[in-house]
Amino acid sequence: MPFGLLKYGLRKTYPAERHFPLARDLKPSYDVVIIGGGGHALATAYYLSRDYGITDVAILEKGYLAGGNTARNTAIIRSNYLTPEGVKFYDTSVKLYQELSQDLDYNILYSERGHFTLAHTDAAIRTSRWRAEVNKHLGVNSELIGPEEIHRICPVLNMSEDVRYPILGALYHPPGSIARHDAVAWGYGRGAARRGVEIHQLTEVTEILQEGGKVKGVVTNRGTVYANKVLQATAGSSSLVAKMAGFRLPIRTIPLQACVSLPVKPFLDQIIVSGSLHVYISQSSRGELVMGGSTDPYGVYSTRSTLDFKEGLLGHMLELLPFLGEMKLNRQWAGMADMTPDFSPVMGLTPLENYYIDSGWGTWGFKATPVCGLTMSYTVANNKPHELIEPFRLSRFEEMKQVGEKGAASVGH
Amino acid sequence: MKIMNCPLNGPRNISEFIWGGEVKPMPDPARVSDREWAEYVHIENNTAGVVREWWCHVPTSFWFIAERNTVTDEILRTYPAGEVFKSRVEFTAAPKANEEKK
Ligand SMILES: Cc1cc2nc3c(=O)[nH]c(=O)nc-3n(C[C@H](O)[C@H](O)[C@H](O)COP(=O)(O)OP(=O)(O)OC[C@H]3O[C@@H](n4cnc5c(N)ncnc54)[C@H](O)[C@@H]3O)c2cc1C
Repeated sequence: MPFGLLKYGLRKTYPAERHFPLARDLKPSYDVVIIGGGGHALATAYYLSRDYGITDVAILEKGYLAGGNTARNTAIIRSNYLTPEGVKFYDTSVKLYQELSQDLDYNILYSERGHFTLAHTDAAIRTSRWRAEVNKHLGVNSELIGPEEIHRICPVLNMSEDVRYPILGALYHPPGSIARHDAVAWGYGRGAARRGVEIHQLTEVTEILQEGGKVKGVVTNRGTVYANKVLQATAGSSSLVAKMAGFRLPIRTIPLQACVSLPVKPFLDQIIVSGSLHVYISQSSRGELVMGGSTDPYGVYSTRSTLDFKEGLLGHMLELLPFLGEMKLNRQWAGMADMTPDFSPVMGLTPLENYYIDSGWGTWGFKATPVCGLTMSYTVANNKPHELIEPFRLSRFEEMKQVGEKGAASVGH
Repeated sequence: MKIMNCPLNGPRNISEFIWGGEVKPMPDPARVSDREWAEYVHIENNTAGVVREWWCHVPTSFWFIAERNTVTDEILRTYPAGEVFKSRVEFTAAPKANEEKK
């Protein structure tokens, strides 16, 4: 293998295929322009080109491809939500994920682990029971289990009653999974590019052109681009881009931090989440422990890391897995999460005609990448919201019809 | 630990405070339409730059106002809410819809 690598290194023609064609000049106009080059944008472009034959599409990304929250999440995929609207939506996504490696002909390292939401209080047990019933009613595998069962499935967890928050039970969701987030973006991007979609990196949208209440195009640092339809999928920058389009959102941009440990031998199969302890942890296929907690205590447009976050997270984690006391951290980072008041997304049509939005993904949008692509491509192609995203319309806030998912957020925020 | 200057208690660890969000002008609850009220409650400016927001020093339940840069995470100034809100807000209940008809 090392010799093989050396041989390729010295050769002029590199045998690996390019995922995306080399960047070229922007055309003066496109049928569809997508602002943002994260997973949601790439998935939407993929389904637009595959299912609707819409291939005159440009993805405009201000940084590098999928370098936003798509590159920064802890890759947890599940559908054990609280509201029927949420469960149906995320379950469609889980089903798409299960087939995605085949569909894209690209290994996304989809790995089914089983997902535990630990309950340390009577209130958490009640919410778990509620979620389990809603889930089962809609055909999602999810159940409330007690301490013996938890210990049987995940023997490394500290089940002692002699801790500050003993584990009383858990919502167990066997289909809970992780996947390689970069591969999801690259697979969708490659599939879209093969069908003719253009991907432009280092292209920042700075202005949105409109006429008579209808979108006309966008101004970028590389010139003006006209478009019949424009979709924004810009996560933490959603409010800033929507402002250019002339409307405001029920969103606050708040950092979410995460970190990974040095790689160690596999010992943890499951994904462990504790809302009360503000911890989630899983072990990646490389052996690193991937760990995250709650969002920062206040909003910032920044991806800085803080010591407070690690102190809080690791202190609590040691209560669940005390033998990790000597473990070293390897990397730390943050992403800018677009948080909504009801912990559901804001998707669909906007006050500006032919201008669509996919936002409000906060701390929960990686798992939704396939279903966002599926439903947003339908919405853009038909100028009509897909039925799965009707409940997530922007106008639900003025109608006071929020879709409250806070009880199903992985950690308390 | 980041330090915030509480107008009542002086410099304290940021973990002693909670963030209350942007200071926004409140429409008159007796006169405003449901739609405008919903907008006041839910919609945010979410500005990238200098903002004026509510903060509370939790141990003393003291609410005050801070000016903060949301891009650089710098706290520029903190002061008592009385600097902005000079007069008392009266919450007289609006007449109920069915009473109005009488
Ligand atoms: C630490 C962390 C952990 C998380 N863990 C999970 C998890 O376990 N499970 C889960 O489901 N979700 C998780 N999430 C949430 C998830 O990562 C996001 O919701 C999801 O990745 C959003 O994808 P996106 O494509 O919408 O956004 P992004 O990938 O952020 O893409 C948006 C892109 O828009 C670009 N952009 C912004 N403004 C402009 C402009 N003006 N012009 C051009 N381009 C612009 C940005 O550069 C960015 O690349 C986590 C998030 C974080 C930060």
